[in-house]
Amino acid sequence: MSAIRLQQVSKAWAEVHAVADVSFTAQAGQFVTLLGPSGCGKSTTLRLIAGLETPTSGSVHLFDRDVTHQTPAQRHLSMVFQSYALFPHLDVAQNILFGLKVRGVGAAECALRLQRTAELLGLGALLHRKPAQLSGGQQQRVALGRAIIAETPVCLMDEPLSNLDAQLRQEMRQELRALQRQLGITMVYVTHDQTEAMSMADQVILMHAGRIEQNATPAELYAQPATVFAARFIGTPPMNVVALPEHAPAGVLLGVRPEAIRLASDTGHAAQVLAVEYLGADSLLTCRIGAAQLNARVPGHHANAVGATVRLVWHAEDEHFFDAASGHRLTQPPRQHVEMVR
Amino acid sequence: MTNNARQHIHAWLLLLPAAVLLAAFTHYPAVATIWHSFFSTPKGARAAVWVGLDNYLTLIEDPVFWQVLVNNVWFALGTIPLSIVLAFVMALWVNGKIVGRGFLRMAFFTPTVLPMIAVANIWLFFYTPGYGLLEQFTVGFLGLPSHNWLGSQSTALISLMVVTIWKEAGFFMIFYLAALQAIPPVLAEAAAIEGASRTQYLLRVVIPLLMPTTLFVLVNAVINAFRLVDHIVVMTRGGPDNASALLLYYIYDVGFKFWDSAYAATLTVVLLILLGLAALFQFLVLERRTHYQ
Repeated sequence: MSAIRLQQVSKAWAEVHAVADVSFTAQAGQFVTLLGPSGCGKSTTLRLIAGLETPTSGSVHLFDRDVTHQTPAQRHLSMVFQSYALFPHLDVAQNILFGLKVRGVGAAECALRLQRTAELLGLGALLHRKPAQLSGGQQQRVALGRAIIAETPVCLMDEPLSNLDAQLRQEMRQELRALQRQLGITMVYVTHDQTEAMSMADQVILMHAGRIEQNATPAELYAQPATVFAARFIGTPPMNVVALPEHAPAGVLLGVRPEAIRLASDTGHAAQVLAVEYLGADSLLTCRIGAAQLNARVPGHHANAVGATVRLVWHAEDEHFFDAASGHRLTQPPRQHVEMVR
Repeated sequence: MTNNARQHIHAWLLLLPAAVLLAAFTHYPAVATIWHSFFSTPKGARAAVWVGLDNYLTLIEDPVFWQVLVNNVWFALGTIPLSIVLAFVMALWVNGKIVGRGFLRMAFFTPTVLPMIAVANIWLFFYTPGYGLLEQFTVGFLGLPSHNWLGSQSTALISLMVVTIWKEAGFFMIFYLAALQAIPPVLAEAAAIEGASRTQYLLRVVIPLLMPTTLFVLVNAVINAFRLVDHIVVMTRGGPDNASALLLYYIYDVGFKFWDSAYAATLTVVLLILLGLAALFQFLVLERRTHYQ
């Protein structure tokens, strides 16, 4: 059963289209990530699901129930905000129990669920502290506790880890994913960080300028980017998308991931090294082939390579082709290229 | 001279102008008042002499003092809660997304901006028997018998209370409005997601978060209630038969009409004690129940 279904949802303020014609489905128990740069409409999409915004057109369905015009309370879902949105005058226990109290759940039931939630998140010792007395990571846990104690089938998260330091973020990534599996929640997770999206999600919805650019599994998004935007957004560093006359005819762009490029001694393209960035296990070489500029991620340290001429090679199956005009992926390699390989 | 000492001297020099003004116009008069309350009033060739607690004994037996004190307590009870509730409701109203809210905000704040004397004169016209605005409505429209609002013992104080509420509510509204706008909108969204109705959000989140503001407003309201004098001077002069006289007005009467400065000093000490107690209660009792961000 689909837990969340959006049908041609648009949201516009005056002349600005924040979300345009977005449709997707999330199955029950799935971890779905809305990924994209800032201003792409991912947060607005999440708020449309939550009911904090009403769509200009289109409809939102939760478990095959049309909730487009229902209030957030009627939709019965939970949400973790980027700023956590903890109530500053309530202590941790009161914050977590807020939803149960306003919905009139009995005291015994509240105590039981609070104990279970506090245990699950390791908040037992902090229950009587005020939010101001907690660290960022602890506040994040309280916000998470408030979301999961409601035991709602759908949980929405708006960049919940963006205010944490790098190490805590990595720990929380794994913890969130484990928690989501354990509780069987359908999770919609907004992030601008592709690492979060790729490592946590079952399904990544990549958005750009209010539209869905690609809706795929992380592996598919990496291996088969549907557009130039998707190709250039995913990967560290992202894919090289260049016009290279020897490989692609006019009007077709060639895409090669930096990690697919190797250095060769006799064959391949002659390229001039413009810059070298040392990353530890490997180095990032910025090279120029004719007018095109490419990044190559190659093992080792190449400190003295700047200005030198190197030879770059890659496998034919690592090549991606895009239509230069529309930016869409071409499923068939262009004919001229096939002939050249022969 | 060490760096540290120089820093201290600089700090004191910077504080000096304010300290001198405070000492000259606040601290010295307060202490002098207490001192004078133990002396008789100097008259002509007779210098002031030490009388101990005589002035305070006079005060206890002064029926007018007790009347103005009771008047003042009623005045405080009648104006403070009502103006605070009104201020809160108005702030909630003009904080919402409504058409013409800029105009409303200005309208609510106008009474505060107007000079007290001008306000009192406007209301004097409202209350005038026969052709005042109020009479034109009650007599002309509703057909009720004519009534001298400021001239009768039963309504003089209440009439003054209405003016005070009208004036104070707009002032307090500004503080509530500022506090409401300081509450992050995301809290309302979080409460909505958690299933709270607007009323529940108001009771469980907004009002507790506004407690510091309420405390501040309350302290100000109490102080204002006990130091009101200008409306009375213009509208009733404490009459009829002291029905609308408040403590500060009585002090003014005693000090500057009867020229009994020692007794006026004694009354002032009582006023200081009352205000001190009110502040102490508010900070010690209400403080504990208040959340500061």
